Amino acid sequence: MSDELVLRLDALEVGTITGLKLVDNVDITLKRGEILGLIGESGAGKSTIGLAAMAYARAGCTITGGQIRINGVDLRASTAAARRNFRGRSIAYIAQSAAASFNPAMKLMDQVCEAPVLHGVMSRSEAEKYARALFAKLQLPNPQTIGDRYPHEVSGGQLQRAMAAMAMSCRPDIIVLDEPTTALDVTTQIEVLALLRDLIREFGTAGLYITHDLAVVAQIAHRIMVLRHGKMVEVGEAKQVLEAPRTPYATALVNERRAATHTPLIDPPAAAEPLLSITDVVAGYQPGTTVVRDINLKLAKGETLAVVGESGSGKSSLARVVAGLLPRRGGDVKLAGQTLSPDLARRPRDVLRRLQMVHQMPDVALNPRQSLQEIIGRPMSLFFNRPAGQVKKRVAELLTQVGLPAEFAMRRPGQLSGGQKQRVCIARALAAEPDLIICDEPTSALDPLVAEEVLKLLRKLQEELGLAYMFITHDLGTVRRIAHRTAVMLKGEIIAQGPTAQIFSPPFHPYTEKLISSVPEMDTTWLDHVLSARAA
Amino acid sequence: MTILGHRAPLTAQIGMIVVVVYLLTALIGPWFAPYGQSQSVGDTWAPSSAHMWLGGDQIGRDMLTRLIYGARTTIGIAAACTIISFFIGATLGFTAAVLGSWVDTLLSRLVDVIMSIPQLILALIVLGVFGSSIPVLILTIAIIDSTKVFRLARALGMNIAVLDYVEVARMRGEGLWWIIRSEVLPNASAPLLSEFGLRFCFNFLFVAALSFLGIGVQPPYADWGGMVRENAAAINFGLLAPLYPAIAIASLTVGVNLVVDWLLSIDARPSGAQAEM
Repeated sequence: MSDELVLRLDALEVGTITGLKLVDNVDITLKRGEILGLIGESGAGKSTIGLAAMAYARAGCTITGGQIRINGVDLRASTAAARRNFRGRSIAYIAQSAAASFNPAMKLMDQVCEAPVLHGVMSRSEAEKYARALFAKLQLPNPQTIGDRYPHEVSGGQLQRAMAAMAMSCRPDIIVLDEPTTALDVTTQIEVLALLRDLIREFGTAGLYITHDLAVVAQIAHRIMVLRHGKMVEVGEAKQVLEAPRTPYATALVNERRAATHTPLIDPPAAAEPLLSITDVVAGYQPGTTVVRDINLKLAKGETLAVVGESGSGKSSLARVVAGLLPRRGGDVKLAGQTLSPDLARRPRDVLRRLQMVHQMPDVALNPRQSLQEIIGRPMSLFFNRPAGQVKKRVAELLTQVGLPAEFAMRRPGQLSGGQKQRVCIARALAAEPDLIICDEPTSALDPLVAEEVLKLLRKLQEELGLAYMFITHDLGTVRRIAHRTAVMLKGEIIAQGPTAQIFSPPFHPYTEKLISSVPEMDTTWLDHVLSARAA
Repeated sequence: MTILGHRAPLTAQIGMIVVVVYLLTALIGPWFAPYGQSQSVGDTWAPSSAHMWLGGDQIGRDMLTRLIYGARTTIGIAAACTIISFFIGATLGFTAAVLGSWVDTLLSRLVDVIMSIPQLILALIVLGVFGSSIPVLILTIAIIDSTKVFRLARALGMNIAVLDYVEVARMRGEGLWWIIRSEVLPNASAPLLSEFGLRFCFNFLFVAALSFLGIGVQPPYADWGGMVRENAAAINFGLLAPLYPAIAIASLTVGVNLVVDWLLSIDARPSGAQAEM
């Protein structure tokens, strides 16, 4: 790191064309080789700042004030052509979703070489040679030939690395990393994170690292800026922000993140009759393919069973098998001793009532054209034939129970925040007075602080009503906080199951160990420790 | 001017005025019409005068009176066709989308078969076989038109039927009709509504075309398409007679489209929303 300033944002303001302020008076300075972590929940303006650093604003937004200087040149005062000259050459961007950012009709090599050739930095053959060197540095398999592949022919983690190669292709001074590892599985994230860090260090590139995960930013950033509602909350050295945050909001974020790896584990309640028992279940989508096999699980009343795994492990498919949405091909699923029909349509109404589901995306789990009264009231009138007056009273009770004001009954989902919507989904499940609720990643679309509140609510309801939860998640921090028992899935099979405390302590199954050790911790030396431990 | 919380641009306002004027004419116009629709009151193609404002038609009936009565027949038949066509098309389209599997295949292929026959020829055959009466005419056009509504409703329904809230309804054991009416329809209503406006135009042109060919609305009832045909020969003498019903057809079509354009744009993103480059 030198003292030379490469990026300077002064009093940056970005607004929508309707007049809403997205970024308000943000100052950022970046020295050569320095990495600044931008932390915040959704809507904090992190990505907007990242794009504004390139003097770019998304459709419907406009940069309304401030100065953007790259190597001393004010980009806002420059012409569009001059600005274009900076993008890709002096400042590059790595997006969250590599799959959505590559042109699916072009080979990787063509896309990686596009910028250096267009900017006249290199000839095509030089650019290809350099790209292959970058591929090798990023440990992509077959660096000599991988450029001839199309984006769909490589995995998500490889594509993210290819995008890093694309960003580095002009050897920029600054790189904007917008949640580059968020869409990746936890075991892949650690590899990509380590490679990105090494690459940036080697080239002495300055970086804006945008993420919502404090533990990820701890591994890579020199300084951290905490943002909320488009305003700076706290800026400081990484160690200071992580260990001794000065503002209440930053403290709340840090404490919440720490809980993910340090919450004491809960023991399962005393052995009870299993409410749900799954034996030798096999299921698949097309004939001939199998997504889950040999599943054996038991879940008692008042207990939470977490089903953990990476994407593609079959955990959501298992939930759909239990729910009857994906008819099983073999094996048996029993609810309170009664065999459930594989097909939803053949299940009696009382069984449907006893088994409810809370989905991952509250935005699409609620009909936008119905009021909360209709949404929550419908199960009551369908399952219990309650008269309208009683339904109304009960809806108010349920709203209060899930922590929403009873007056919300007349609102529609569009008038609620993400966390509030998820509470409504929970209230709808409760309205059926179920025994078992299948929670399919109910917190993964929510911001950490909001997710924590939803988990608290689920625990409270379990204590009050004796509910059993089958909790599907990829997040081990969530498992720690809610699960009595845990089942770990890999490639459609359960490779380990038992009380959570047992799963989380040695002796581990090798995959479980890898999974647990891949969850970033809020320690600036964590990544180095893990990498050296794995190398040993 | 603001309607339902949305500001209507000038074009939409003009469209609305045109549509409202024609609708009023269709509804109450005949009470104010100067003569009866089959009453011969002057010479063939009489020039416009104080008691025949737009002159006479090919057998001396009052053009204005015929236009007013024609509005009722033409708009009435087109509206009836469109309503029936949407009822059939949307119900079956949503059913296909929600149930899927063989129901979807069966309905979709059936629709393909009907769509593969040119619609004018199909209408000619059906009307030729059953004879042209107003109920047969309405039903024929409605069924032919419902295939297009089916396609749209199925596509809209497919996108909605996979959403989690529909899955929740299925898991609750809701019936097909409830899912269509409460979960799918309210969320597909905006595009369906604007398509309603467009299909109304097409149907009303279709009625006019069939009447022009002589198998639509039968004499002595006035309808705009038929009036163009009956008076077509007047063009040879440089007379305006066939232009009046033609202008009525054109202006209503343009008016409805102006309104529909605006309805379609309401859900789109605000104008001027472009990335800052």
